[in-house]
Amino acid sequence: MAYDKFNILTTTGVPLPIENVDTDQIIPARFLKATERKGFGDNLFRDWRYNPDGTPKQDFVLNNPIYGGKILVGGKNFGSGSSREHAAWAVYDYGFRCVVSSFFADIFRNNCLNIGVLPVQVSPEFLHKIFSAIEADPKAQVEVNLPEQAIKILATDEKESFDINDYKKVNILNGFDDIDYLMNIKDQISEFAQDTPL
Amino acid sequence: MSSKKTLFDKVWDSHVVRSIENGPDVLFIDRHLVHEVTSPVAFLGLKNRGIDVLHPEKTFATADHNTPTINQHLPVQDPLSANQLKALEENSKEHGISFWGLGHEKNGIVHVIGPEYGITQPGATIVCGDSHTSTHGAFGAIAFGIGTSEVEMVLATQCIMQAKPKSMRINVEGALSRGVTPKDVALYIISKLTTSGATGYFVEYAGEVFRDMTMEGRMTVCNLSIEMGARGGMIAPDATTFEYVKGREFSPKDEALDKAMAYWETLYTDEGAPFDKEITFDAAHIEPMITYGTNPGMGIGISNDIPMAENVEGGATTYRKSLQYMNFNEGDSMMGKDIDFVFLGSCTNGRIEDFRAFASIVKGRKKASNVTAWLVPGSHQVEAAIKDEGILDILHESGFELREPGCSACLAMNDDKVPAGKYAVSTSNRNFEGRQGPGSRTLLASPLVAAAAAVTGKVTDPRELMEMESV
Repeated sequence: MAYDKFNILTTTGVPLPIENVDTDQIIPARFLKATERKGFGDNLFRDWRYNPDGTPKQDFVLNNPIYGGKILVGGKNFGSGSSREHAAWAVYDYGFRCVVSSFFADIFRNNCLNIGVLPVQVSPEFLHKIFSAIEADPKAQVEVNLPEQAIKILATDEKESFDINDYKKVNILNGFDDIDYLMNIKDQISEFAQDTPL
Repeated sequence: MSSKKTLFDKVWDSHVVRSIENGPDVLFIDRHLVHEVTSPVAFLGLKNRGIDVLHPEKTFATADHNTPTINQHLPVQDPLSANQLKALEENSKEHGISFWGLGHEKNGIVHVIGPEYGITQPGATIVCGDSHTSTHGAFGAIAFGIGTSEVEMVLATQCIMQAKPKSMRINVEGALSRGVTPKDVALYIISKLTTSGATGYFVEYAGEVFRDMTMEGRMTVCNLSIEMGARGGMIAPDATTFEYVKGREFSPKDEALDKAMAYWETLYTDEGAPFDKEITFDAAHIEPMITYGTNPGMGIGISNDIPMAENVEGGATTYRKSLQYMNFNEGDSMMGKDIDFVFLGSCTNGRIEDFRAFASIVKGRKKASNVTAWLVPGSHQVEAAIKDEGILDILHESGFELREPGCSACLAMNDDKVPAGKYAVSTSNRNFEGRQGPGSRTLLASPLVAAAAAVTGKVTDPRELMEMESV
């Protein structure tokens, strides 16, 4: 599915300094019944965000109007658990284009990369600096520069580089997906398929 | 570069269609398992691109995640669920994929029926839009969960693009004590490695304990690989594996079997092959396990106390938030804590050996009056065995009912939801906040621990009940 190209993103961040945020929290299973990719942002962090009666929980960060922006900043091991891509869809649909953490669960990271949400893994120290900067000033701007593979806190000019493989980088810069690539090598795949033992 | 290869290397390397420099490998997929929840958007994607499923004969669909576990012969009440089930049926039909829907004799949890019907085979690459696809690694397959974009990719091209993960070998040597099951082995390892300790790795389980394990036990262990962050885990196929696989409906026969066996017998880690990480545990240190927190790494031996925050790796804030959710205190003993629900089932522990274990404890005892028990077989084949072996009679005499197959309360997409604030001893795989229903509190454990809780109404060491029998 096509997604918005990603180049340089300068925005504020929403802090969620909790470790091991699992995909059941990001989007609980009872909201996975759709057959189309629509409206998942409404239920992002559903049970942390709303009381059972549907009223917002005032102490949750997404309900705090002083925080906003297109970067979600999470604690270590973000996105663990279920493979549900709905979690990445919910993050995207809510309006985030980038998730920053000191460590990502594998499948969630892949799912993000496949739909154009950029997962940026930083050192624990830099993560702490981002949390501190947002705490000091919720309007603190963070710049994520994909071409340069760098993330910068503009107020303090602190900067760190991040990894992404060249193939995925090109995809996300241009809004390509893996199916475009694979469809172009279908002949090679068909040839390979004839020799598989199983 | 060593010419010696790990089991994982052998299977992976033989499936690489091409490698992209400083990018992923294009990996050919032998078996694609599909279920109703993570596939509809993928099929929609194919439609929008105007492409067909490339290998419908390598693709198998079943309904399991979002299905009722009672009255399956009646129309599904929830319109959203019914719609999702209908979508899978229609998509399967349109693309010529075998579909074992609700009510079909082969229906069941995707990771239970794959092995049952011989779809799962050694040395295969197997994917499914479900993280517990790691289960199939028990056969020496590379099996892992994928997202919906990847489901679409595999439907369209039978390939997936993945960077080769790092390798880890986990050895457990020695013999397991009485009352210690494969589930306990897995929960023990996760408690040592933490829930992210194997992220970025593919695990091989080796050593005496796994060699001695049944195929169903190996499936339970490999199933839980994802709970330590690993994409998957695998065990080298051996005589136990070949014996299990042969003669099943989709297993190779005759000449095809000879050809397959020639490949399967090469599937072991060469002596001296390098791993990025290797860990060894002593089986004697493992006792029946139970979790006390909100991720599967928060587990302890059942006779131990809940650790103090200062002794736990990671953030104390997150740890205390977790205990607060569970309404437990640091230093509490788990034994004797009152529980409300027991769930026996799931792709982790929903097979016949799990029901035998559960029945061995509840036999001659009665279900505790404060406990609601949901016993959900992993498939119709498991259900049939429960009846054939007389286990159903034992369960009925003890006051338990059997439900119909499905994922059920493991993820509580259907009506099998544990109410807010209630405690469930569950043989499933995740104790995340709200996993078994909004506000529910989950204690993960083996079928033996679940059975002991079901008859006593509280957290109980199953060995106490086993010892009474042997006197």
